[in-house]
Amino acid sequence: MIRSQKDPIALMNFPGSNCSYDCHFAFKNLWNIKLQDVFSCDRVLAGDIRGLIIPGGFSYGDYLRGGALASWAPIINELQGFIKKGGKVLGICNGFQILLEGKFLPGALLKNTSNRFICEDSFLEVSTGPSLYQRLLETKISLPIAHGEGRFFIDKDGLKNLEDNNQIVFRYQEEKNPNGSISNIAGICSKDGHILGMMPHPERAISPFSGGSGTAGKQVLETFLSMCL
Amino acid sequence: MKYEVLVQLKEEVLDPEGRAIEHNLQSLGFKEIKAIKVSKRYIIEVNDSKEESEQLLEKISKKFLSNPTSQTYTLNRLN
Repeated sequence: MIRSQKDPIALMNFPGSNCSYDCHFAFKNLWNIKLQDVFSCDRVLAGDIRGLIIPGGFSYGDYLRGGALASWAPIINELQGFIKKGGKVLGICNGFQILLEGKFLPGALLKNTSNRFICEDSFLEVSTGPSLYQRLLETKISLPIAHGEGRFFIDKDGLKNLEDNNQIVFRYQEEKNPNGSISNIAGICSKDGHILGMMPHPERAISPFSGGSGTAGKQVLETFLSMCL
Repeated sequence: MKYEVLVQLKEEVLDPEGRAIEHNLQSLGFKEIKAIKVSKRYIIEVNDSKEESEQLLEKISKKFLSNPTSQTYTLNRLN
């Protein structure tokens, strides 16, 4: 595999990841950036990588629980060290589930209240907080969702911690919560803002041609990119 | 030795699958049905002594088969 030395973002692939192409397409077309593919069985994350995307899909068939088996893969052992060194992580949909199952972020994602797989535009509010996402994104954006298990759950104390630390980045707009997530949560970040996990798909809203959601996804990816340069 | 591990959502967590089955049975006329919760059952065979097996399975159930944020588990010996 030819790996470019200058492009600093990796894409973590598992058997069953199905949004890798969309992520490659977004970064290639928007900024001519070639994402460096890494795979579940890899045991090394190249030293020049500063950002890592875990894409959506159904890793390992979502057996056991969404993201659970992926969170035990060899490459995940590298993730802790990568984060310690200041690496930035963006987990989208199944990537978010993997981050929760691996305890990189708190909470769990459960079956939607409606029992249905939901594929539609979601309407989000970006909360105020110290992370770059909270500072740079517009306060109301729209991004597509596509999931059957996106109901965010955390106990009362956990929710209070998230709120006290301003870690809730995205909330579904009141009355438009599609999946029953507690406190309308659609995406959360780590205390330092380096790790973001979100159910909506920014890579599917990068140009007017990629669907009804417009280009809010471009802003999300651009913010992630700016943290990685 | 054979064990079963039952994994279910915590009491306070909504189980939409269980609720759908419950509502449908009630609508079929089974008015006695009060509530249904769905759980997952793992049957595991282990080649170890009873004490060691149970320690191992407790660890596996807690760390891997269930997610303590939203689920609980029970471990039972089958034979």
